[in-house]
Amino acid sequence: MTTFHDEVQKARAKYPTRRSAVMDALRLAQGRHGWLSPDAIREVADALEETPAYCHSIASFYDMYHLEPIGTHMVEVCTNLSCALAGAQRVLDAFADALGVRPGGTTDDGEVTLRAIECAGGCGRAPVVVVDHVYHEPVRAEDVPEIVARLRGA
Amino acid sequence: MRDPVLLTAGTEEHDLTRLDEYRAVGGYAALEQARGMEPQAVVDEITNATLRGRGGAGFPMGRKASLLARGTGKPTYLVVNADESEPGAFKDRDVMRFTPHRLIEGCLITAHGIESESVFIYVRGEYAHEFEVLRAALDDARKAGLLGGVTIVLHRGAGAYICGEETALLESLEGQRGQPRPRPPFPPVNGLYGAPTQINNVSTIALVPKVIELGAAEFSKIGAESAPGTAVFSLSGNVANPGNYERPLGTTIRELIYDVAGGVAGGRELKGVIPGGSSVPILTPDQIDTPMDYDSIGAAGSFFGSAALIVVDDRCCMVQLALRAAQFYMHESCGKCTPCRVGTRWLVQLLTKIETGEGEATDLDLLDDVCDRMLGKSLCALGDFAVYPVSSYLRKYRSEFEAHVAEGACPFHGESSIEGILAPVDQHAAHGLEQAAVTT
Ligand SMILES: Cc1cc2nc3c(=O)[nH]c(=O)nc-3n(C[C@H](O)[C@H](O)[C@H](O)COP(=O)(O)O)c2cc1C
Ligand code: SF4
Ligand code: FES
Repeated sequence: MTTFHDEVQKARAKYPTRRSAVMDALRLAQGRHGWLSPDAIREVADALEETPAYCHSIASFYDMYHLEPIGTHMVEVCTNLSCALAGAQRVLDAFADALGVRPGGTTDDGEVTLRAIECAGGCGRAPVVVVDHVYHEPVRAEDVPEIVARLRGA
Repeated sequence: MRDPVLLTAGTEEHDLTRLDEYRAVGGYAALEQARGMEPQAVVDEITNATLRGRGGAGFPMGRKASLLARGTGKPTYLVVNADESEPGAFKDRDVMRFTPHRLIEGCLITAHGIESESVFIYVRGEYAHEFEVLRAALDDARKAGLLGGVTIVLHRGAGAYICGEETALLESLEGQRGQPRPRPPFPPVNGLYGAPTQINNVSTIALVPKVIELGAAEFSKIGAESAPGTAVFSLSGNVANPGNYERPLGTTIRELIYDVAGGVAGGRELKGVIPGGSSVPILTPDQIDTPMDYDSIGAAGSFFGSAALIVVDDRCCMVQLALRAAQFYMHESCGKCTPCRVGTRWLVQLLTKIETGEGEATDLDLLDDVCDRMLGKSLCALGDFAVYPVSSYLRKYRSEFEAHVAEGACPFHGESSIEGILAPVDQHAAHGLEQAAVTT
């Protein structure tokens, strides 16, 4: 199995400078740990010969890096204009009801994080829901119980 | 007769993610042709075709190439902007997932034209599937020996709208936070790693093979005189058949909404249409005979933007729509310059006040004033993008704003089509408060 260090060196080789690999390195670390803990950030810094502070400043700038633990699964509901006009709020509410969690939160068992997100680039098949990075388009409030049941492994 | 299709040509009959099928429709023939031409002749063809950028500003691609610094001793880079994050826009995603080879071929032809050996494609982080399709296509092209000494690097973003702004994109590619650079110097002189850099949108680059295949003269016969060719128009919102439709530039908004996309959903009344993605001024129903090309839309007081038409019907409260747009730009402001960092916050606060019925008559003037103080005073265009929705809805639907103040409540009384819509900025706030409450 390739080590994290090897993977980061492979990413570094794509670019003229090592800094350019910081986004790849953060994503790889997050893939391994689920989120970017201070330890994970330090690993990234070591592999890139950067400071942890620098790597943290990059991680905190972008929405897709998580600096706090998140659920095993993630449900993201777009609420930007086109999805809003297509009824995204009803879909978000349906997820909040079915999961028993407010948007931005994680279920008590740590299984599912629910988030509202900005435009996902699927406005033509709105409302868009992204479950564990896979697009579901469109999703209606009626579809929500089935999606949740599948996530819960029922 | 069917409209000529360029970007989406062959997609109905073929799986163009496959190299053999792309070749079966003549794919990579234009590359061979281009490689038999002098580099300058390739650029001339693009210039003569007046291929204008499909990413936002509509700048002619050939003219951009002519600005590239020569003889610097540094490499010349080609950077493809695949960060597509403009609300309402979803055309580049389809190029990547349905016709990835057209993009790759466009990169290789352009690289030959500008004498570059190094291409970077910056793909928005959320487009994981599209990234994989593109990667597989690139592997196939490489194995087939099509790259010819050119390196194409696929770079993944991580969720930041501002990285679509070209200098923020370069910063991000260099491993920095995605904050725009002051200009000048412009990227053709001082771009990626301080070297001359050509930056274009995915759909611009993916049109290049057709420019070469058809030749500038034939290409120029399609579309509008000032803007030849086609665009993929993305229709969304309250429209019967939303989706991507490739049509000649200069097709009117009316044709796009009513003939192409089946009209307003449920036969409702059209209230307005945002023609170029959420960052551009809205147009009213009396303006929908405007042709969708850069100059005509500009003359109508808006922007072509990313050809993303968001259709709004009569059930939508315009204060709520303005608020939701303002929340987006506040969330995405990189915070580098004061008018945008502070102004986006003020817009959200004022609009919230008006929407909740707490607004006073003077707040509408204040809103105008904040817009004035932001417009044209920021480092990059995001500061203006934050203003356009607010100022244009306020100007064109002012009576609705006034009714909020007069009634001390939203005149839709909870019946607006986007009632209660939750923006990510609010969720962070609510979440943070909740956590603070838990820990104390
Ligand atoms: C805030 C902001 C976001 C932008 N987002 C994008 C984008 O997602 N994709 C894009 O191609 N251009 C975007 N642009 C425009 C780019 O800066 C640039 O003009 C474009 O990539 C040039 O390509 P073109 O000439 O082929 O259109 C954005 C501009 C701003 C100010
Ligand atoms: S206008 Fe906004 S997004 Fe652009 S540089 Fe200034 S703060 Fe950043
Ligand atoms: S507005 Fe939801 S995907 Fe674009």
